[in-house]
Amino acid sequence: MEFLHARLDNGLEIIAECNPHAHGEAVGLFVRTGSRDETDELAGVSHFLEHMTFKGTTSRSAEEFNRAFDDIGAYCNAFTTEEATVYFTAMLPEYQERALELLADLLQPAFRPEDFETEKQVVLEEIRMYEDQPPFGADEKCRSLFFGAHPLGRNILGTLQSISAMTVEAMREYYQQRYAPGNITLAAAGRVDFERLVASAQRYCGSWAPRPVRQATAPVQPQEHFQLLPKPLAAQQYVIQLSAAPGADHPARYAANLLAMILGDETGSRLFWALVDPGLAETAALSYSEYREIGVFSTFLCSTPEQTPKNLQMVRTIYDRAAGVEPITAEELRLAKSKLCSHLVLASERCQNRLFAVGAEWIQRCRYLSVQEELEAIRQVSLEEVQSVLVDFPLNRAATVAIGPLTRLEIP
Amino acid sequence: MAEPIFSHIYSNGLVLVAEPMPWLHSAAFTMLLPAGTAQEPADRSGLSTMTAELSFRGAGPRSSRQFLQDLEALGIEWSQSVSEAHTSYRAACEAEKLGRALELFADLVRRPHLPVGELEAARQTALQEWRALEDEPSQKVVVELRRRYYRTPWGRPSQGDLEALQTIHHQEVVQFWERFYRPDGCIIGAAGRFEWPQLVDWVGELLADWAPGAPTEPSQATNPPSVGHLPYDSQQTHLAVAYPAVPYRHEDYFRAWSAVHVLSGGASARLFTEIRERRGLCYAVYASYHSLRDCAGVFCYAGTTAGRAQETLEVLLAELRRLADGIQPEELHRLRARVKSSLVFQQESSAGRSQALASDWYHLGRARTLDEVDRLIQSLSLEEINAYLARSGPEDFSILAIGPQALEPAGFRTVQVEA
Repeated sequence: MEFLHARLDNGLEIIAECNPHAHGEAVGLFVRTGSRDETDELAGVSHFLEHMTFKGTTSRSAEEFNRAFDDIGAYCNAFTTEEATVYFTAMLPEYQERALELLADLLQPAFRPEDFETEKQVVLEEIRMYEDQPPFGADEKCRSLFFGAHPLGRNILGTLQSISAMTVEAMREYYQQRYAPGNITLAAAGRVDFERLVASAQRYCGSWAPRPVRQATAPVQPQEHFQLLPKPLAAQQYVIQLSAAPGADHPARYAANLLAMILGDETGSRLFWALVDPGLAETAALSYSEYREIGVFSTFLCSTPEQTPKNLQMVRTIYDRAAGVEPITAEELRLAKSKLCSHLVLASERCQNRLFAVGAEWIQRCRYLSVQEELEAIRQVSLEEVQSVLVDFPLNRAATVAIGPLTRLEIP
Repeated sequence: MAEPIFSHIYSNGLVLVAEPMPWLHSAAFTMLLPAGTAQEPADRSGLSTMTAELSFRGAGPRSSRQFLQDLEALGIEWSQSVSEAHTSYRAACEAEKLGRALELFADLVRRPHLPVGELEAARQTALQEWRALEDEPSQKVVVELRRRYYRTPWGRPSQGDLEALQTIHHQEVVQFWERFYRPDGCIIGAAGRFEWPQLVDWVGELLADWAPGAPTEPSQATNPPSVGHLPYDSQQTHLAVAYPAVPYRHEDYFRAWSAVHVLSGGASARLFTEIRERRGLCYAVYASYHSLRDCAGVFCYAGTTAGRAQETLEVLLAELRRLADGIQPEELHRLRARVKSSLVFQQESSAGRSQALASDWYHLGRARTLDEVDRLIQSLSLEEINAYLARSGPEDFSILAIGPQALEPAGFRTVQVEA
């Protein structure tokens, strides 16, 4: 396993974890832009733009793109987060150059107005689809309560209003600002031929004109609020709670990950034994996600409406006791480390998973961590570090949104 | 990709089928028990799920909590699910822990405590899952269509029926376990880094003296086509369409499968192109093959705004009917390329291979190597696929919609319309 790095003159970074024993390869373009970089009027533009890239360039139609990827048997897809837009493909190593040619071409979309209107309908369908699925938009509502006016409070998909009103010119301008080569990393994992990868990058991305990119940072001020949204026809009651957690640059982020696992992993955690194992809840889970400057602990609870008030009280008690009379034990930490390490090892067998890990690490922290280094970092976490996350980031100081049949609910 | 597949049948009927993948650090197994929903008594839909749920609550020398803690301390990734034919237990772990993972699951299937004191908790868990499905119309529409498509007891969902879940007795769980958690009809598929002779010994020590019970499968058939609507107050309509297809072990299977792949298999697939890319009618649309041993169906799904559901259904049906005209040479070329790379990527997953091996054995009585699958697909000719589609293209559609209004399956022979 070897890590290699290069940079084109226009600022595009190239990184690769080369594994000569791998059978396949995955390549991705990681653009450092997401919903966090949008304005209110343009809410959802990053994600909509991701859709538009698949609608063709001046030289290739959408259907030609799709066929070209299928012709080499490559699986190609993309996703948008708060901080990144990622285009990736997994293919046989012999198609490395062709795959990169297509991927690079995707990032030069034609923005044809008729495609823009058709794809707008697809994005609107996607928004409506999520509104119709548990937790029926409560997650997005809770984000906006928790982050207030901060850009992280926005829905990645945007709103029905922002997408309906969006113009192709505004999208093109956003693209010009954000898709600068210095803001893009080309990452690869698996059986990579790095020398050829750099040569191909030069061929297909070398002409992209460099331009400066501003990384906006607004201070985050998390809010504590509670909101009950009635949805009489739902069968279950869904509750989302968000509280502050260590950010992407915080030294305690592994400790935060382990803490979430100990308290709220889907099986074997404190929430599991108290709520899921006895059948009091369908789901009771705590997860951790990291962004620049701030992270988020999310509690998700799904249970019958009647049981929800008691369940919420139990969650609160579990969090209070973990920070007080029932601190995390050495045995719990040992179990959590074993789960997390094994998960990492098993996941690393797929080169697509390694692509995401290596790419995310680079655009988030500008460094490379091998699986071994990451395992070591997890094993180093002490009980004190985990316990101090509970003190520095109190789980009960949260924004809460509940949705379902209940018309009254007291937050404990 | 020329790894051999080994198999061994123990004297009690248990099958072990395995493929070493020495380049991996992991090992995985899938255990199929002949304890699916089709084996449930008519008014006991959900019994297999309740049994599987209770089996995790203590087994062998371990209490419920100890069992789970030991699984997790070993870093084993595990899951359990129930289909019409099987209850499946799956585990993946770092290779050196495979022996201990097998020990834990051998206890689970042979010596579960099935504690009467935990029955209510298991029931509540099953009820929670049943209720959660009510809030997922995109899944429920396919689950419900499958129930209508296959003749009972096939097609029963793992979530069961509300009334049955509320009244299942402890004794019924124990009886179900005694009858169907048996080695004859049980298939263990294993893949990853291990030595075959050692694996045969391990499994033999743990399971060779498990007493057989001679469970038999009820016969399988499909129902006549039906059209239905389940009212649901929403701005979206979820629609599912099913049509008959040949089962996995049929000689025409790969011809039929190729056509489904052309519909839904890649970025340039027909359903995605016609419904989403060209018309922007929906975000999610797919078709997938579902095979029992003796009969099968193709199940299609599309979810869209209620006002555009009728048009979506019409385009979907038109695309299905158009298959009878055959597929194009380029479509076959792309299918071959996609299969080539997907077979290579299957070599990255011991868990995926272990499932494929066990499933192959159930359907065929043997397992196909990736090389064999590759040969079968690469050798398909356009003429044979199109000849197959000309004589057995999609027809006899069963349709179910969940949403504010019923849809009109225009131009269709409607056999039975529900209110």
